[in-house]
Amino acid sequence: MKKLKYALFTGCTAKQSTPEQMMSTLAIAEKLNIELVELTEASCCGASHLQDYDDFLSLVLNARNIAYAEKHELTMVTICNTCQLNTAMTKHRLDNNADLKAKVNEKLAEVGLEYKGTSNIIHFLYAIIDDIGLDKIAEMVTTPLTQFNIAPFYGCHNIRPSELQNESHKTKESAYRPTSLDDLIIACGGQTVEYVEKNKCCGFHVELQAPKTAAILTGNAIAGAMDGNADWMVTPCPLCHLKLDTQTHHASQAIGREVKLPVLHMQQMIGLALGCSSEELGLKHHVTKVDFI
Amino acid sequence: MSTSNITTQKVNFKVFRFNADEDYLPYYEDYNMDVTSEEVVLDILNRIKWDHDGSFSYRRSCRHGICGACAIKVNGRSTLACKENMSTMIELFGSELTIEPLSIKRAVKDMIIDKGDFWEKHDAIHPYLISDVDEHPEHEHIVTPEEADRLLEADLCIQCGACHYACPALEVNDRFLGPAAFAKAYRFEADVRDQARNERLQELHSEEQGIWDCVKCFECAEVCPKDVNPIDKITKLHLMLFKEGVATSNVATRHAVGFKHSIAKHGMLDEGGLVLYSEGPGIVKHIPVALQMFRKGKIVMPWNMPKSDNLDEIQKLIKSSSTAKF
Repeated sequence: MKKLKYALFTGCTAKQSTPEQMMSTLAIAEKLNIELVELTEASCCGASHLQDYDDFLSLVLNARNIAYAEKHELTMVTICNTCQLNTAMTKHRLDNNADLKAKVNEKLAEVGLEYKGTSNIIHFLYAIIDDIGLDKIAEMVTTPLTQFNIAPFYGCHNIRPSELQNESHKTKESAYRPTSLDDLIIACGGQTVEYVEKNKCCGFHVELQAPKTAAILTGNAIAGAMDGNADWMVTPCPLCHLKLDTQTHHASQAIGREVKLPVLHMQQMIGLALGCSSEELGLKHHVTKVDFI
Repeated sequence: MSTSNITTQKVNFKVFRFNADEDYLPYYEDYNMDVTSEEVVLDILNRIKWDHDGSFSYRRSCRHGICGACAIKVNGRSTLACKENMSTMIELFGSELTIEPLSIKRAVKDMIIDKGDFWEKHDAIHPYLISDVDEHPEHEHIVTPEEADRLLEADLCIQCGACHYACPALEVNDRFLGPAAFAKAYRFEADVRDQARNERLQELHSEEQGIWDCVKCFECAEVCPKDVNPIDKITKLHLMLFKEGVATSNVATRHAVGFKHSIAKHGMLDEGGLVLYSEGPGIVKHIPVALQMFRKGKIVMPWNMPKSDNLDEIQKLIKSSSTAKF
């Protein structure tokens, strides 16, 4: 299989609160013959909150991140839905507004950089599906996840706004009937769980300012997966993961029902199917214990 | 007109039925129909009433995507019935379609809901131009095309409620004003003739109204039949709050500002530092979860905080590009 090469935008959580996400990304990249060039110069994308405070600054910083991917002449892959949204949105706005692009480049020139618009921005989930393919993944599976009912949790910023997100990848996704993660579960040999909350919000972005709202949304999501008889959940977003993995106590209190399920990163699920060890995948880092391995 | 390209498909509609005057609980009725590719969802509602059950109730008026009366949900997706093609719905969801009112909990009769909460919230943002108008003006109040462009199509809202009843924050927090009200507020905040900008902004900023409680899910942008993009307007209102000096220090504003401080210091976000900056003494309530995360190796100590390479570049750009002050 031809070696694939991408510029990796890790985002911040992979370096802090979800170290297992970084570990599992690197583990499956090796299995899938993917070379990842980490963009160590990249800054935080602003996570949609800097954008509420200083829109132009967020554009400049995200354009700088993309400019580094362009220097490598590589497609940028993201491993966080919110990083994907903010970076792709920056690209969309700059590519469609010459004046704005010029203003941003005026700033980037101060540090010897230029945003050209030559690198695509794609979430790792779609890079894998587009460039490797589900059939190939299925062929590579050594430890099929046959015995598991797995609940996909898509996360908002990979599927909405759909027009923007569908710009970056060939696999078209519906915000109302997303299939990519379900397809990946099936390719890994698992059974996918259908439940209403799979494409809903986890509440992460209002965890601090509206904790009750956030807790109810988290609780509903886990409860939906549990009612669908899921053994565990899987998500491509580390922010959703954090919410679903670490906030079960608050979520249970908020909806008046005990809710708890192991929540794996998409990379960890693929890694399990490809025969990676639990150590390689960092499964010990989960707050909600991964007890089925 | 040629009918050669019109196709027909069998569809099973599972339709929400409820009459608040007679029914204790709602129920669903099945209607099997041959649907043609040129029909819109409203045609189906009409056919249910005309061909199957005359008591079936729904709102409709203009049939041109302007009045906003006929918004309902198809398979959970808010939809303006007169605008949405059946072929799109079938392509999206297949031949088993569930038709429900925009809000089941506010259902009065079948598709008809009590939109009182929507209008209360609409009214709360003072959805009109507030200006001291000279009773005997000598000339018109000219708005230039550039000034009109600032509305960013927020004035296209037809108040159908599609976004309001799709909003997950509103679903669980009835104090939240919701995307339609915020988009409407933006429409007047962005109008150069309006003179109530700061007063309206101050009301939006108050915790009771919850402009900071938007969960950023983009559901409102996705369902809007007129491409108003309410979340874009909510973001613009956030920016206005800072720009106009209306924003006061609270968890939400410190959370937004904290990103800049953290990026300036590390390039990356200092997650723990951000929570401390945002919450202040309130951080104590996060200690139990933080301890669990620490035990699992998910908390980075300040002395081990990772930094971006070429941090000096980031700091230089923040200094020269940042326009916001708080």
